[in-house]
Amino acid sequence: MATGTATIEHAPTPRPVVVSRTLGDRIFRKLSVGAGWGAFILMGLIGMFLVIRAIPALRASGFGFLTHLVWRPDAPSPVFGIAAVMFGTIVIALIALAFAVPLSISTALFLTEYAPRTLRRPLRSLVDLLAAVPSLIYGMWGIFFLQPKVIPLSKWLSTYFHMLPIFRVRSDGFLASSPFIAGMVVALMIVPICTSVMREVFAQTPPSEKEGALALGATRWGMVRTVVLPFGRGGIIGGSMLGLGRALGETIAVAIIISPVFTITPRILETGGNSVASLIALRFGEAKRIGLSALMAAGLALFAMTLAVNMVASFVVARSRSGKGVEI
Amino acid sequence: MAVRAPAQSEQRLHVAPPPRVRLRSWTGLDAAVLGGSVVTGISLTWLIFRLTPFSGGLGFIGCTFLASLTVYWFIVRDVEGPLAAKDKLVTVLIGSAAVVVLMPLVVIIVFVASRGLKALRFNFFVKTLESVGPLDPATAGGGMHAIVGTLEQVGIAFLISVPLAILTAVYLNEVGGRFARPVRFVVDAMSGVPSIVAGLFIYAVWIVQLGNSFSGMAGALALSVLMLPTVIRTSEEMLRIVPDGLREASLALGSPEWRTVLRVVIPTARTGLITAAILGVARAVGETAPLIMTSFGASILNANPFSGAQASLPTFVYSLIRSPQQSQIDRAWTGAFVLIALVLGLFTLARILGGRAVGGKRGPSLASRLTSVRRRLS
Repeated sequence: MATGTATIEHAPTPRPVVVSRTLGDRIFRKLSVGAGWGAFILMGLIGMFLVIRAIPALRASGFGFLTHLVWRPDAPSPVFGIAAVMFGTIVIALIALAFAVPLSISTALFLTEYAPRTLRRPLRSLVDLLAAVPSLIYGMWGIFFLQPKVIPLSKWLSTYFHMLPIFRVRSDGFLASSPFIAGMVVALMIVPICTSVMREVFAQTPPSEKEGALALGATRWGMVRTVVLPFGRGGIIGGSMLGLGRALGETIAVAIIISPVFTITPRILETGGNSVASLIALRFGEAKRIGLSALMAAGLALFAMTLAVNMVASFVVARSRSGKGVEI
Repeated sequence: MAVRAPAQSEQRLHVAPPPRVRLRSWTGLDAAVLGGSVVTGISLTWLIFRLTPFSGGLGFIGCTFLASLTVYWFIVRDVEGPLAAKDKLVTVLIGSAAVVVLMPLVVIIVFVASRGLKALRFNFFVKTLESVGPLDPATAGGGMHAIVGTLEQVGIAFLISVPLAILTAVYLNEVGGRFARPVRFVVDAMSGVPSIVAGLFIYAVWIVQLGNSFSGMAGALALSVLMLPTVIRTSEEMLRIVPDGLREASLALGSPEWRTVLRVVIPTARTGLITAAILGVARAVGETAPLIMTSFGASILNANPFSGAQASLPTFVYSLIRSPQQSQIDRAWTGAFVLIALVLGLFTLARILGGRAVGGKRGPSLASRLTSVRRRLS
């Protein structure tokens, strides 16, 4: 980039530029290219080592690893599988998305279109600060502060909306430590990443189009609905998926809030749930040989899932950012 | 929504701007109407709650919100028509979503401070859990070993990840080439690696494969895996706003590329790079999950990060918060307060430094404009 080919307007074809680099430059380039490759190598190593360590467990459980609902890898005859925890992970992540996506879209719109200009930067910093609060503290806040306030809401939902299977609870069901509460806390943790992606994409809406809408007599909401939101659709999808990736991997907050059970149930308001990441965190201390390997296998599944979600997300975001074919 | 185009053409062409029309869509009257609606909503909800068996704090807030919005919508529709009513209703909804997002931040900080400050004494910083008994009140302190561990682990992670990250950012922005795009893609993917997976990875390599014990060093390695993508992407952004003119001037004066980067680009982006590093540290300080399986946590002081389990603030808090004794829980809150204060302090520092732009106050906009002009020319 620094030594690009200079073109002169009058010349029809650019003069070929031969760059001869000094020894120092060659070393510098090698070093920085090496650092760039380091990222590749690191990701490869993470995948490779998880696979290597997971093999004994996968061999012991076979196909059952994907279907079993129990987790007893260190028993004399080990039985374990990630079906229940994977289900729990996805449930918590979906609950989180259900809260986080509308909030993030609104916050991103607020930061790009509605907030007073002087307030935008400080507000953006505050949203970023929300991302800097440690997961651990979110978890503690969730269980000590949020939970007592949410339980009445859970009770209300289960009383008046029990025709929906997700809001049903057993008659003796407790409402603390539920996936619902964990999902709420995780929602708060993924709002910053969703918001920042959406905000960036919304901010790239061509001003001429927005002004055109306003000039045609649209209200601000009309402008947002017809110009900003359609332009930002890729950002909304990509940002939500990035948030989903983060929500799937959220560990400590979920581990603190949830009370782990190994069942597949749609009743999200009820005590008990699970996630892959919190399973790893909670079972690591007591795991023995096969147990450790089984946790590695669970980690591998989590890694593969988040990687896939994140890659699709960055692909969507990268495509939506181009803004090509738009005259400004 | 004020029109932006005239302001831009003014800077580019030095033509006097046309008088700016301020499209104020929010006046004092609007505020009064909204305020009145909220008062009406509160009164209405209060009445409903008195007359019917409805109850609950969250329910009251929710009903008030709905009632106020309805009243507001009716008023605006009567005065300004349905189109304006819809517009203003959405404005209020979007504004309140921002409040809903930012409110927890304040609530969390206040909540942690209210629980943590009670027992915070100086001896939290000079005593370890070994020297205070589990039944001693939280005011007896006992977080020194954790603070030492956190400082050492984050320090080592800093030393490992920041140079590597800046070198990678230099590759992405200064050297470039065919692989810059895939590398950027992988770095993005890396920032999405769950922290617990980073911990499992270091455990598999450093502890199982290489046969080391739990140690602060292992924790630091896991933290560097998590810091790398954050620092790389922020540094890259910071290098990008260094004007190309500076690079070209340096190259035209005959300095080789490495000297240009080392003497011109990096010094120009210095504050930005410091910001990137601090943001990385702020992310690493609070990470708990990877430390459970790398530095493990301990209740004694272990100042040597290269051997033996080592405590850190997050593992300290995580193990104590699940204890049945109130004194230990209080101690955990004190630790949580120190942790959040640390994160807030680092974050504020990064923002203050990052707010200072490259080369003066109006630098970044000018610089980015210059860069884009040059990119378009070349």
